[in-house]
Amino acid sequence: MSAVVSVMNFSRFKNLEFILGAVLTGGICLLVLLSDLLFPGAADRIDLSARLLAPFASPEHLFGTDPLGRDVLARVVAGGQISLQVGLVSVAGAVVVGVIMGLVSGYYRGFWDMVVMRFADVQLAMPFILLAITFIAIVGGGLSNMIILLIISQWVQYARLVRGSVLALRDREFIQSAQAIGVSDFNILFRHLLPNLVGPVIVLMTLNVANNILLESSLTFLGLGVDPLTPSWGGMLADGRTYLQNAWWVSVFPGLAILLTVLGLNLLGDWLRDTLDPTGRTSR
Amino acid sequence: MVNFLLKRFLQAAFVLLAITLIVAFAIRLTGDPALMLTQGAGSVTEADLAQIREGLGLNKPFLVQYSDFLIGIFSLDFGRSFLGGTPVSQLIGTALPATLMLALAVMVVSIVVSIPLGIKAAVARGKWPDQLIRILSLLGLSFPNFWLALMLVLLFSITLQWLPPSGMDGFSSFLMPAVTMGIILTATNVRLVRTSMLETLQSQYIMVARAKGLSERSVLYKHALRNCAIPLITYFGLQFGGLLGGIVVIERVFNWPGLGTLAFDAVGARDYPVLQAVITVLSMMIVAVNLLVDIAYGLVDPRIRTE
Repeated sequence: MSAVVSVMNFSRFKNLEFILGAVLTGGICLLVLLSDLLFPGAADRIDLSARLLAPFASPEHLFGTDPLGRDVLARVVAGGQISLQVGLVSVAGAVVVGVIMGLVSGYYRGFWDMVVMRFADVQLAMPFILLAITFIAIVGGGLSNMIILLIISQWVQYARLVRGSVLALRDREFIQSAQAIGVSDFNILFRHLLPNLVGPVIVLMTLNVANNILLESSLTFLGLGVDPLTPSWGGMLADGRTYLQNAWWVSVFPGLAILLTVLGLNLLGDWLRDTLDPTGRTSR
Repeated sequence: MVNFLLKRFLQAAFVLLAITLIVAFAIRLTGDPALMLTQGAGSVTEADLAQIREGLGLNKPFLVQYSDFLIGIFSLDFGRSFLGGTPVSQLIGTALPATLMLALAVMVVSIVVSIPLGIKAAVARGKWPDQLIRILSLLGLSFPNFWLALMLVLLFSITLQWLPPSGMDGFSSFLMPAVTMGIILTATNVRLVRTSMLETLQSQYIMVARAKGLSERSVLYKHALRNCAIPLITYFGLQFGGLLGGIVVIERVFNWPGLGTLAFDAVGARDYPVLQAVITVLSMMIVAVNLLVDIAYGLVDPRIRTE
């Protein structure tokens, strides 16, 4: 009896986890998408007569203003565009590269497999931030370079995940029978193997969007990421750091935005893992 | 076993060789140190620049520079900094202990906190303590580490004025950097402890231990914990790389005189010898820890050796 009760509790909790994650992620995405409608032009409007206004003091500047008199709320919402863009595009790129590499190296094995796996070893032993500062010193900062950097440093995770699953599947009967009736390699890879791997890949993607939002903001905070003039969460935190002593709100709100976005995605990812990947191939 | 060890050593050596080669090559694409050194020096002729490059040894072919660097590693000679000519080994010698001490403090904090919490969650599986711990760990995973650091500074240095906001000076300066990284690492570790405990608690010797009438404490901490020690040590070892990466960022916030600060200053000045030494030393540590974990695992579990 008690086992039944605890299982019921558990599933109710899982629903709560999903609802919280979906509301947080959905709400933030909606706000960010509508930012131009909600606060037209406010993110960049400088008003030196309204410098460093405290939050919650006036309805016009609910989160206060920054050292140039720009509205913090409008900038936080606009800054989300960069984070979501980097998170989504970099993960999409890493998935395409990683899944193809993983399928090919797991299915054909041999020389190519060895090259991909040794490359993965090398990458896992290199601290990401140091790789990033070297890469950015060569090619410069900016949005597209950062996305390329994230793709380079993360496709390996998908390649390893997919390769491992392909190794387990390639000798199963359904693949052997497909080979026997002469299905082309391309169709075996993408129509027979790929659908069996979608679950774990989606879980890893959700968690990686969260992780890449964190990485993007740290790089931008360190001055290695997107252009400081574009509103972004990491950039606002770098600015706010100087004013920590007398204007806490400039650094508190952008950080909260990162925390809530990443938390929403992590909740969703955790829920998805239990739903799509019960055997735990993606567990950390 | 000899084959297994040999294979792992060769793999590790290959990884290090590849990393040093990539780093040495990439670093030379970041820009000309001679230009950085002469910035703001007024009229500089091309002949002056060439002379500086020759002084720094940058006129030699790349492969010669690389092999010099590689041979130097074995005698812990990483060359001299382009700025001021201090031997790089001396700079590393002061920065490495600062980073390692911080890493150790974080590891200790996180292991001490996550083991009891993870065990609690596993024992109370599905009940509210488990769910509370799960939510808190998801929250901990979602913090941007540098922002958490800023918030701690805001609270403990600016508002309460209890702790120094930056620098490395005595025990109190360790608290905030260690807690920042500790919270994030603990969030991961709690889940690892919970998962391995759940598996262990279902095994028969735990039932026997309980049937013998041993106290719950002794069952959990003596019998169960000892048996999940091996997977846990593996996980903790594998995190080392990520931990070092996080510390590099945190050092920047707290002005911690470690390898991260050294690397950031070096990349700004195009100080090749320092930057390539920092990346090499960090990668060597990560590879060494992974190798040790692998070997330990191979010793304990014969199946790994014939993978």
